[in-house]
Formats: sequence, structure tokens, C-alpha cells
Amino acid sequence: MNKWQTFTKGLIKENPTFVLLLGMCPTLGTTTSAINGMGMGVATLFVLTMSNIVISLIKNYIPGKVRIPAFIVVIASMVTVLQLCMQAYVPALYETLGVFIPLIVVNCIILGRAEAFASKNGVFSSALDGLGIGCGFTLSLTVLGTVREMLGNGSIFGYKFIAGDGILLFVLAPGAFIALGYLLVIFNKLTAKMK
Amino acid sequence: MEYFVIIISAIFVNNIVLAQFLGICPFLGVSNKVSTSLGMGAAVTFVMAITSVVAYLLQYYVLVPLGIQYMQTIVFILVIAALVQMVEIILKKVSPSLYQALGVFLPLITTNCAVLGIAILLVQKSYNLGESVVFSVATAIGFSLALVLFAGIRERLELEDLPKAMKGVPIALITAGILAMAFMGFSGLV
Amino acid sequence: MESSLKNMVLTLFIITLVASGVLGLVYSVTEEPIQVAQQAKTTAALAEVLPAFDNNPAEGKMETEEAVIYTATNGGEVVGYAVETSTQKGFSGEIRMMVGFKPDGEIYNIQVLQHSETPGLGSKMTEPGNKLIVSFVGKNPADLKMSVKKDGGDIDALTASTISSRAYVDAVQRAYNAMQQMLGKSVIDSVSGATSTGDWEEENQKGGNHE
Repeated sequence: MNKWQTFTKGLIKENPTFVLLLGMCPTLGTTTSAINGMGMGVATLFVLTMSNIVISLIKNYIPGKVRIPAFIVVIASMVTVLQLCMQAYVPALYETLGVFIPLIVVNCIILGRAEAFASKNGVFSSALDGLGIGCGFTLSLTVLGTVREMLGNGSIFGYKFIAGDGILLFVLAPGAFIALGYLLVIFNKLTAKMK
Repeated sequence: MEYFVIIISAIFVNNIVLAQFLGICPFLGVSNKVSTSLGMGAAVTFVMAITSVVAYLLQYYVLVPLGIQYMQTIVFILVIAALVQMVEIILKKVSPSLYQALGVFLPLITTNCAVLGIAILLVQKSYNLGESVVFSVATAIGFSLALVLFAGIRERLELEDLPKAMKGVPIALITAGILAMAFMGFSGLV
Repeated sequence: MESSLKNMVLTLFIITLVASGVLGLVYSVTEEPIQVAQQAKTTAALAEVLPAFDNNPAEGKMETEEAVIYTATNGGEVVGYAVETSTQKGFSGEIRMMVGFKPDGEIYNIQVLQHSETPGLGSKMTEPGNKLIVSFVGKNPADLKMSVKKDGGDIDALTASTISSRAYVDAVQRAYNAMQQMLGKSVIDSVSGATSTGDWEEENQKGGNHE
């Protein structure tokens, strides 16, 4: 696999949301609008890339049996760094995303990539892998956020295109499940055709 | 009265899975059979109750006095991971039958964001010790309720004739959406 | 790498040590910007909810149990009070807001500082010119029936967000009571007719079909 593929596989072929079905909690919880979805995606992208880099750097010094706890410490530190920086420089976004920022720690995507990729590959590939999967995650969260915001509020990235309200259900909890369900159906249909 | 409000709101109104979107992974993953979902629910209840006490004590007797609240995330996740391991070892020794029933679910709980979520939420809501325990047990019951209900529906869905693209997770999500809609009926209850 | 007890404990110890070191460092770097960001938010809210003033209201603030009161003066004369308070009755938790009063008790402006209401429904309380804010601005809570129209009061609720609207009214009421208490006046009668701040709280909790 060349470097380019390491990066692009995360976008479609191994898209964390639509194919691997990982990290569902932030996917559903934070996508009430396109901008929130994107914010969460970028936050995850940051943690994923950084933890992939660090883990691939220290992988040779960690005894096999304490691998997982060591990874968790690395990931949790990255998340805390992110938490502090967001509080300092983008407080509004930090408040909107709320409890889901600390919960990036338990996002299975990150531990999954650490275990499956970063612990076996070099620094550069691991960084690319993190970036790729992170972009895929950001992409799908932004798409889901846009769909929900369009249907639920009649706006895209905050710009209203209809007067009045949309189908409010889509900004509420049930709408998250239903929107993602139908997006998956569409995704499955499209990928089935490509094969 | 206060406790009653916390219980009702945690189980029905702000159901952790269907309204707060925490613990979705086990919700989608372990909900194929009613019996396994009951086991998972019991294991989560058990771990959450212990976590809430430990998280409370850590937050107010270690992190706050030392002024290192920013270490919250890292401390909580490590404690939960260690706790789950400990529960597993103790159960194995003390009650092998309970271990048989819950054992397989325990390792999965470490990465269940509902558990870490609850620890963070009860600090955010500044509950006292009693309220924390009640809140976390009620939340876990809400989790189990959603899980069992959903498993019941999915057992039947298995037999349905669905379009190929909808099979599996997509239809499960749409079903969960309808279930969440039903739970919205509880809003305004408290 | 081979696992032995010694190297396992050692590696974990070193990793945790380095991690806490890095976190401590980042914390000390971000501590100041975080405070600045929070202060900036308060200052912006104060400027928003008060008439023009030339002192620094944050200096002479008074803190009571459930509110922080800022006094604004212009040329030595009191031009208004800003009360920061919160309510737990929101649809999904706490709502914090800053209410600006003129010295005679008339509401000058209101700003919601923090909330977690449903986007598109309860979140409309933050939009300028929403029904709630229009119902309050320029009025004196002493002359208003402080509850939503559905409950027989004078306040227009947000569409399909009765619970959020009730919480909003509740917070404004708290702010007003806190200000009156500070000024040493008796607290006005509210929804249930009680004169203390404690009793009428339960009254708002029943009923409501949607948010």
C-alpha cells in the first residue's frame, strides 16, 4: 500500500462512520448542525493524528502486556491538551460540544487505530493514517450535520434558506438515528453499485 | 422527592442512550438477543454504581484539593479501566456463577462511553454522594431498559424481509429513532 | 518487547510521569487565556445588558448564594444593575443568564450566557428579538405576571418550548429577586403568591407537553 492509499482509505473504503461503524456516540450526539459536526470531527482528527504519532514513536519501548493502558494514557493526555486549548481559544465551540470532548478518549476509532495501525507502522505512515481516518470521520459528521440542519432548521452552516422552521424532529434525538440510518442505506446502495 | 425526580428523569426523560447518545456501541452491538442484553445491562449497572462512588471521592478528595481538575479525564479513564479489571478478578474468585453470567461483558465496558460519561456528568451537575449513586444506578437502569426493549424489537426484525441495503445496522438505527420518538413522549414529565 | 514485571511497571510509570508533565505545562500555558476568555464573555455580556457606563462593574460585584450582582455607574451615578443567575429547570439542564435592570427595576436587556436547550426549539431564547426577550425588555417585573401565557401570566412563550420558556421566566424572576434583596426591598409576589424565593419554585414544574 503506498502512502497516498494510506491516507485516502479512511475517506470511503474504511470510512469510520459508514463502513466500520465506530464512534457512534459523538456521531449522533454532536451533529445537530453542520458546524458542530465539523468541530467534533476536527477535534477527533487532532487527537487521532497526535496519538497515532506518539504511539508509533514509543511502540518499541512498551512491553506487550501493558500496551493498552499505555495507549489509553497517551490518548487521554492528548484529549486533555485539546480540552484546555479549546477552552482557551474557542470557548463557544467547547461549550456546544460539551461532554463529548472528554469522551473522545473512549471513542473506539482512536484506540482501534492505535492498536491496528500505529503500533505496527512508522511515524509518517501512522500520521497519514490518522489524518485519513480523521478526515473521513470529519467528512461523515459534516455530511450528517448538514443533512440534519437542512431538514431540521432549514439552514446550511447557519445560513437560512427557507423562512420559518424545518422538520424539527431532525434536530432532536430521534432525527439523529433516522438521518444516520437513511444515510447508511444510501451509502450501502452506492458502494454496492461501485462493486 | 429530589431523588424521585432524578430517577424518573434519568430513566425516561433523559434516557442515556436515546436522548443523550452515550453507550451507542453496546446498544447496537449487544442487542441481538434479549438474554445477552439483560446480562450487559446488569454488568453496566454494577460497574456504574461503583464508578460513581469512586469518581465522586476522587473528584472531591483528590483532584479538587490538589487543584488539578484538568487531570479529570485521564484519572477517570484509568480508574475505570482498573476498576473493571478488579471487578472481573474479584467476581471470578468470589462468585463464579455471577462471573459466568457477566464475565464476557466486563472487558467491553471499559470502552463504553456511558460509564466515563456518567462520571463526568455527575461532577458537572455537582451532585452529592447520595445523588450521584442514585443518578448513576437510575441511568444504568435506563440503559438496560433501552437495550432490552431494542433487543426485543431486533429479534423480530431478523425475520423481516428487508431491502438488502437496509439490513443490519441501517434498519437498527431507524428503529432506534422510532424508539427515541416514543421516549420523547416522556418529556415534560419532570 | 518482552514483558516482565519490572519493565511493565517502569514503562507505565514513565509514561504517566511524562503525560502529567506535559499536561501541567499545557495547563500553565492555557490558564491565563482561559481566564481571559471567561472574563471577556462576562464583559461582553455586561456591555450588552446595561446602559452606557464608565466604571468597571466587575470590580464592585456582590455575590449571593445564587446570583452575582454587578453595579454600573456613569459619572458616579448608578445607571443599572446586571444580575448573573441560573436555573436548573431548563429542558436539558442549567440555563445561565445575565439580566440588566435600570435602577427603578425596569429590565434593560437580557442575555443567555449558557444553555443546553434543543437547537431550533429552546435555543431560540438566545436569538435577538425572540418572543421572550420582547416580553421582558422595557418592563418592570413588579408590574408583570411572571409566568408564561399558558399558565395565566403575561409572558409570550417560545413556540413549542414551554418548558424552556418557563425556565427563562424562572431565571429572570430569580435575578429580580436577588436584586431586590440586595437593595433591601421585599421580594415581589410571584406565580404562586409566595413572598419568599423558595416556595414558588415547585409551582412551575408541573404540566407541559413539549419542551
